[in-house]
Amino acid sequence: MENLYDLPANRLAEKLKSKTLKPSHVVEKIIQRIKELNGRINSFVFIDEPQALKAAKAADGSDLKGDLSGIPIAVKDNICVKGQDTTCSSRILKGFRPPYDATVIKKIRENGLILVGKTNMDEFAFGSSCETSCYGPTKNPWDPDRIPGGSSGGSAAAVASGQIVMAIGSDTGGSIRQPAAMCGVVGMKPTYGLVSRYGLIAFASSLDQIGPITKDVTDAAALLGVIAGHDEMDSTSADIETPDYRKSLVNDVKGLKIGIPKEYFIEGIEPDVLKAVKEAIELLKKMGAQIKEISLPHTEYAVSTYYIIAPAEASSNLARFDGVQYGFRAPHPKDIIDMYTKTRSQGFGEEAKRRILLGTYVLSSGYYEAYYLKALKVRTKIRVDFTRAFKEVDCIVTPTSPTTAFKIGERIDDPLSMYLSDIFTIPANLAGIPAISIPCGFDGKGLPIGLQIIADAFKEENIFTAAYAYEQNTDWHSKRPGI
Amino acid sequence: MKYEPVIGLEVHLQLKTKTKAFCGCSTLFGQRPNSQSCPVCLGLPGSLPKLNHEAFGHSIKVALALHCSVQKEIKFDRKNYYYPDLPKNFQISQYDKPVAHDGFVDISSCGKIKKIRIKRVHLEEDAGKLIHQTGGPYSLFDCNRAGMPLLEIVTEPDINSPEEAYDYLTGLKSILKYLEVSDCDMEKGSLRCDANISVRPAGSDKLGSKVELKNMNSFKAVRLALEHEVSRQMEAVSAGEKLQQETRLWDAGKAVTLLMRTKEEAHDYRYFPEPDLVPFVPDPSYVEDIRKTIPEMPDAKAKRFKERFNLSDYDIAVLVSDKAAADYFEKCLESYDNPKTVANWIMGDITAQSNLKNTGIRELGISPQGLAELLKMIDGQLISGKMAKEVLLEAIEKRCEPAQIVRSKGLEQLSDKGELEKIVKVILGRNEKSVQDYKGGKKNALTFIIGQVMRETKGKANPAVINEILKKSLGE
Repeated sequence: MENLYDLPANRLAEKLKSKTLKPSHVVEKIIQRIKELNGRINSFVFIDEPQALKAAKAADGSDLKGDLSGIPIAVKDNICVKGQDTTCSSRILKGFRPPYDATVIKKIRENGLILVGKTNMDEFAFGSSCETSCYGPTKNPWDPDRIPGGSSGGSAAAVASGQIVMAIGSDTGGSIRQPAAMCGVVGMKPTYGLVSRYGLIAFASSLDQIGPITKDVTDAAALLGVIAGHDEMDSTSADIETPDYRKSLVNDVKGLKIGIPKEYFIEGIEPDVLKAVKEAIELLKKMGAQIKEISLPHTEYAVSTYYIIAPAEASSNLARFDGVQYGFRAPHPKDIIDMYTKTRSQGFGEEAKRRILLGTYVLSSGYYEAYYLKALKVRTKIRVDFTRAFKEVDCIVTPTSPTTAFKIGERIDDPLSMYLSDIFTIPANLAGIPAISIPCGFDGKGLPIGLQIIADAFKEENIFTAAYAYEQNTDWHSKRPGI
Repeated sequence: MKYEPVIGLEVHLQLKTKTKAFCGCSTLFGQRPNSQSCPVCLGLPGSLPKLNHEAFGHSIKVALALHCSVQKEIKFDRKNYYYPDLPKNFQISQYDKPVAHDGFVDISSCGKIKKIRIKRVHLEEDAGKLIHQTGGPYSLFDCNRAGMPLLEIVTEPDINSPEEAYDYLTGLKSILKYLEVSDCDMEKGSLRCDANISVRPAGSDKLGSKVELKNMNSFKAVRLALEHEVSRQMEAVSAGEKLQQETRLWDAGKAVTLLMRTKEEAHDYRYFPEPDLVPFVPDPSYVEDIRKTIPEMPDAKAKRFKERFNLSDYDIAVLVSDKAAADYFEKCLESYDNPKTVANWIMGDITAQSNLKNTGIRELGISPQGLAELLKMIDGQLISGKMAKEVLLEAIEKRCEPAQIVRSKGLEQLSDKGELEKIVKVILGRNEKSVQDYKGGKKNALTFIIGQVMRETKGKANPAVINEILKKSLGE
C-alpha cells in the first residue's frame, strides 16, 4: 500500500474530493511523519499543530472548493504568518511574531490549504546548504550526512521526506531550485513580479521571488496558480492576468524549441550530473523538441555580479534588525551604539555578517561606481543575453547545479566554492525570468540530480509544458528516499 | 579685507495629505502615540512601501510654482543611516534624480527684488519621534510621524545676508501656503529649515568651507543663528583661522551655535536605488493638469493689486502674504468698494483677532460680505467707527455677522436730523444757564450741552449732526 505522505497534492486532492480521505486525517498523518523524522532531518523549525488540526477539522465538514483545499503546506521561515514565529532562522529574529499575513499566506488560506509550520533555511536565505541556520543544519533525506541545498533546504527536505505535501520557498539566486535538485523534488522560481513579495522578509529585493516546492510538476503549476497574481501592496508586482497554468500541462513538446547554452556545460560539472542532463536533453529531442545550441555570453560574470547586487540590497534590508522594536536585543547595552553593535554582533551569524559587510562596502562612497553601478550594467547585459536567446528558443535547458548534494561541513568554510553551487541558477534571478528544477536522475552515490528549464519573463507555461512532458516520460519524480 | 556671507537654505516641508507617503496610515497631528502605524511605517520585516500619489502630486505642484523642471523619470533611493527614530534604518528619499530641479523664487528684500535659485525639490519620508525620559534609562518612540511625506526644497547659495534668508523663508512660506499643500507650521514641525553658510572675501566667486546649521525653530531663529554664525566666521577668518566643514546646532537659550560633528564624522549614507519602488515616467498631461490647479501666486497678486488699488506697497505686501487675507480683501471689495478702508480693517482689527485666536481669517466667522455691511453702516453714519470695532469683536465672540449684533442691540447711530433737532430743543430748554454761558463766551459750556444730548440718546446720537444743529440753534 502506498503511503499517504508519499502522494503528491494532486493525488491527495482527488481522494479528499471523493471523500475517501478527510483533511484532518491527512494533517494528522503529516504531523505524525514530521514528529517521526524531524529529529533526523531538522526541516521544520516551528510546527503549529493546534492551528493545523483546527483548520483541518473545519475543512472536514466543509465543501472543498479549491483544487488544493485541505492540503497541508509548509512555509519557509522568512515569510510572515500572523502570530506565528517568523525568524529567517536567525537568532536576531527569535520570538518575532508578525502581526500580519504575507500576501501569499492570505492566498494560501483563501484557497483552503492548511498551514502546518515553518521550514528551516540558511539564515536570512544566505547560503546554499542550509547550514547557516541558527537552528542547526537540515539534513538531506537521501543521505543525512549531506546538505539538502539551500537556502530553502528545509522546504525541499520536508517535501522529499514526506513531512509535508507541498511547500513554499523563496529564491534569490537559486534558493528554491538548487535544494529542489539536491532533494529530488520540483522547485520553481517564477518571473520577478509574478508572486507578491509583501510579507517575504527581504534578502535582495530586486532578486527575491517566492515559489513552490512540490513532488511533481502538476503540483507546482497548481500551487503557482494559487500564489501568483497582482498585489497592490507590492509595487514591483506585475499588473497582469495570470493564466491557468494547469492548461499548459500537456505531454507534447513537438516543435518546442529548446536552447542549450554552451556556457553552462563547463569544467567543474560532475560527470554524473553532465551525463544525466545530456540524457534528459536526448529524451526531449526524441519526444519531438527541437534542440539548438545557443550562447549566453555574459554567463561567466553572473556570480560576481550577483555577489555585489545581492549583498548591497541585503546590507540595507537587514539594517532594521537593530534590537529596537522586535526580535533579539543584547542585554545591558551602555548606550544606543553599544546596543546596535552588541545586538547585531550576537544576533547575526557569520555568513550574514560577511554579506552585510560586503554590501556595505560596495555601496560606500568612492566604491559605488566601481562595484554597484558596474554590476547593474552587467546585469543589463545578462538580461539582454536572455532576451536575444528567447527570440530563437522557447526555453533553455541546463543543469540546476554543477554537483549533487555535498557533505555537511564540506564547503562551509570556503564561501567561494559555496557560492559557485549557484552558478547556473543565479542568471535567471539577475534577468528576472522564470526557471524550474525537476528531477532528472541520480548519481553513482544515489543522490538526485536536477534539470533546470528556463523561459522568458511571464512564459511559465513554456516551462510547465517541457517539464510536464519530460516528467510523463520518466519516473525520477516518483522515487522517494528510503527514510 | 571685507567678507560676505554665502548662504543656502534647506526647507523640509511636511505635505498635507490624507495618508502617509508610503502607506495608508492617517497623517492627523496630535493623535495618541503610535496610534497611526502599520507594518509599513513601523518598518516591520516583510513590509513594502507604496507611493502615495497625493504626496507626489503636491510635490509636482510645489515644483511648478517654484519654476522648476520636473524630472522625466521619477525614482526613489535609500538613504542608509542608523537612528532609533528611523524604523528601517534607512530613509526612502531621492538622491540623483529629485522630483524637480533648477527653479527660482523672486523675493523682495530691502525694497529690491532678488532671484533665489532653487537647486532641487525632492520627496522623502519623515522619521518618527523620540521622547527622551529625563534621567531614565530609555527613550520612548512615537511612530505617528514616521513615513509622513516630506518635501525638501534646497536653494543654490544665492543668499547673502541673514535678512535675505529671513525674507526668502517668508516669501517661500507664502507661496507654499498659496498652494495649500502644507500647514507650514514651524511650531508643529510641518516646516523646518537648515542652513548652509560660509564666508568669503567680498566679490570672490569661490566658496568657503560651509557650516551646516541645524535646530532653528522659527524664521527669527534662522536669522539669529545666521547672524551669530556670520560674525563667528568673519572673526575667525579675519584672525587668519582656517574654517572647517562641520555641522553646528543653534542653541536658542544661549544664542550661540555649537559644534555637532566635523566633516570626518559625517555619515556615508550609501545611497542606492530603492528596489521596492518601480521608477515611473509621469504623464505630461498629469503634470499639466496639476499646473492648472496652481492659483495666482503672491508676486502676481501684488502686481495686480498695485495696478488696481490705490494702496501702499506695505499694505499690499501684508495683504498678499496671506492668501486667505488677500482673498478676503477682494471678496469684501465686491460689496464695498473702498480698498484702503477694507485693507485697514483687515490688517488691523481682523488680523489682531486672528492672531489672538491663532486661527485663519476665515475661521473667525465673519464673512467678507459681513465686514462690508459693517463698513457701509459706518459710512451711512448708522454707527460710529468706535462702535463698529466693538460690534466686530462681539460678532466674532458670538460667531454671527456684525449686522445682527447692531440690529439686536439697536445700536444704529441716531443721525436723523429732524429727530435730533427735537431732542436738542428739549435739552436747550432745560439748560438755559449753559446757553447763556456759551453765548457769554464760555466755549466749554457747549461740551456740557453735547454731553446732555448724548445722555438723552444713550450715546447713539451722531456727534457731527449734533454739532451742526447746535451751532445753528445757538446762532452761529
